Amino acid sequence: MLSISNLRAEVDGNEILKGLSLEVPAGEVHAIMGPNGAGKSTLSYVLTGRDGYDVTGGTATLNGEDLLSLDPAERAAKGMFLSFQYPLEIPGVPALTFIRTAMNAQRKARGEPEVSAPEFLKLAKATAASLKIDFDMLKRALNVGFSGGEKKRMEIFQMAMLSPRFLILDETDSGLDIDALKIVSDGVNAMRSPDRGMLVITHYQRLLDYIKPDRVHVLSAGRIVESGGPELALELEREGYDKYARAA
Amino acid sequence: MAAVKQTVEHVESLEKYKHGFVTEIDQEFAPKGLSADIVRFISAKKDEPEWMLQWRLDAFERWLAMDEPTWAKVDFPPIDYQDAYYYAAPKGKDGPMSLDEVDPDILATYEKLGIPLREQEVLAGVQGAPRYAVDAVFDSVSVVTTFKKELAEAGVIFCSMSEAIREHPELVQKYLGSVVPVSDNYYACLNAAVFSDGSFVYVPPGVRCPMELSTYFRINAENSGQFERTLIIADAGAYVSYLEGCTAPMRDENQLHAAVVELVVLDDAEIKYSTVQNWYPGDPETGKGGIYNFVTKRADCRGDRSKVSWTQVETGSAITWKYPSCVLRGEASVGEFYSIAITNGRQQADTGTKMIHLGANSRSRIISKGISAGKSSNTYRGLVSAHPKAKGARNFTQCDSLLIGKTCAAHTVPYVEARNGSSVFEHEATTTKLSEDQLFYAMQRGLSQEEAVQLLVNGFVKDVLQELPMEFAVEAQKLVAISLEGSVG
Repeated sequence: MLSISNLRAEVDGNEILKGLSLEVPAGEVHAIMGPNGAGKSTLSYVLTGRDGYDVTGGTATLNGEDLLSLDPAERAAKGMFLSFQYPLEIPGVPALTFIRTAMNAQRKARGEPEVSAPEFLKLAKATAASLKIDFDMLKRALNVGFSGGEKKRMEIFQMAMLSPRFLILDETDSGLDIDALKIVSDGVNAMRSPDRGMLVITHYQRLLDYIKPDRVHVLSAGRIVESGGPELALELEREGYDKYARAA
Repeated sequence: MAAVKQTVEHVESLEKYKHGFVTEIDQEFAPKGLSADIVRFISAKKDEPEWMLQWRLDAFERWLAMDEPTWAKVDFPPIDYQDAYYYAAPKGKDGPMSLDEVDPDILATYEKLGIPLREQEVLAGVQGAPRYAVDAVFDSVSVVTTFKKELAEAGVIFCSMSEAIREHPELVQKYLGSVVPVSDNYYACLNAAVFSDGSFVYVPPGVRCPMELSTYFRINAENSGQFERTLIIADAGAYVSYLEGCTAPMRDENQLHAAVVELVVLDDAEIKYSTVQNWYPGDPETGKGGIYNFVTKRADCRGDRSKVSWTQVETGSAITWKYPSCVLRGEASVGEFYSIAITNGRQQADTGTKMIHLGANSRSRIISKGISAGKSSNTYRGLVSAHPKAKGARNFTQCDSLLIGKTCAAHTVPYVEARNGSSVFEHEATTTKLSEDQLFYAMQRGLSQEEAVQLLVNGFVKDVLQELPMEFAVEAQKLVAISLEGSVG
């Protein structure tokens, strides 16, 4: 599925990723944990092709296809989805319009026909219900005036609607109370499937109580410095990142 | 982002202004330059009565004594008013024609522009032919006006100004210049002297005009100006919705478009006036060529409870100098101004509105959305004033500016004057930059850069677009997208 090898990237001339390698096989959920400034968000932006995040070496492929030469939209059409740590407000564009435009853009890029209005509405209604989102909220401008929790729920809603092949969740638990965290996690867990991979980026172990990872990796100073099973997350929770910070 | 850059470059290399073609037809010109004789020439060409000629000559005298206004935030070399043609008309039969008599090349031009001139097709519901009446003005003359018969049955007069001067002199004499006086300003005064054609609409008391009316202005001739004059009168209790569209060929010289639009609204009447302005904006790199759009538009809400709504989508012209205004004379009269002004390349726009509250309890609303990209400059200039007698006047103004890129400018210059203690004026203004974050967010969801800009901009202008008549809103939305192609790189 997702295969990253010796990836190097810089922002404004500062090297942030310093030879990162990682394999996420289909059907698995991997967690990336690490101290602030380790390069967690940079990894998510590099994988999705954000401007200003310059790759200086290494490779990243999805099912064997090179990602790094594609623009963000092309990567999205290939199935890469990033749930943003800070989702953006889009004034004047209703959430449903935004998602439908995105869905059709992806379909067009893949040579598929556009989604019909009834088909889209049916899917949106069912998805909203499963995430306990009030359907009227989807008619409002995307994320404008939404609370932190509502914005995160909208990210999961978009994810469920677009049905991507690979998900990156960047600090999805930040700003969520316990009820919202449960709803969001249920939404993410519902998307687990044998042909889909997930990368869960988080600072705290808390989220991993709800979204159980198959593997946990510690990212420090731009490299994966340790990998293990779910128990590694618990150990980090107890002991903190100090030892890795020193090691780096 | 190599692929994105490629796309942007590809789009940039396309000819963005798709209305830039020239129609090769035989045309008749007045001699170059401007003088009392030229004014007489134009009047004679139109077979005008003596009073009209005198009106023009008087305007010309006054114009000679006036100076060009310099207060707008626009910059251009001095205009040589002697180096232009003030009358250009397709050769052929004078006066209004039936469709069969119109030069096929001209018909083809309108077809190419997507303007329906064939009533039968419109009536027969031919695909893509919306049902609205059109007055087609080609350079200095109106070549055809559709649906006149059906409109006449409802009592509505819709014809070219030249025809109105001949056929309805009593109405023209009563209202012409009554909203925009001859010497109102430099360009309006020039227009009064040399105006060539334009549309005339009269909707009698209590009549709701049975269809949308529209005028389509096309500048075709080289080195010529277009000076049309439009007069719309909604008598007591009448309603009419009117739309104007405009395009011109791509040329290296600047061409002057100095139009005057007068709206008269009597008791309980309403006029909805929409503009989709897409004059050639000039070369985006060098700034060469393009239309100088120096236009005076004003509505006089003479009647109690009368209402005027201006909606404009301004995407073209090298320079725009335009302030569609409302004189809210009647009690409880209402003025509205909804504007989208887009500048890209080297365009300059100084546009806005004046809401002059004279009547008690008059109300006005201004929603202005300015978008600047490229190396352009976009200024909103507006005046809201209340006379001592305009007790209880209310205004709400919202002025939003959106900047795309780092080399454009947006300015907001609101003037507010309340001369009584009971008026309530509200003003809100925002300036935002189309953020990289928003663009990336939309692109991560699968939108190309162009699509992302379009979606974000459409969100920004939505409040105004929804004020346009349906069939034009779609066009306008496309136009907005085309105007901003290649603006992010």
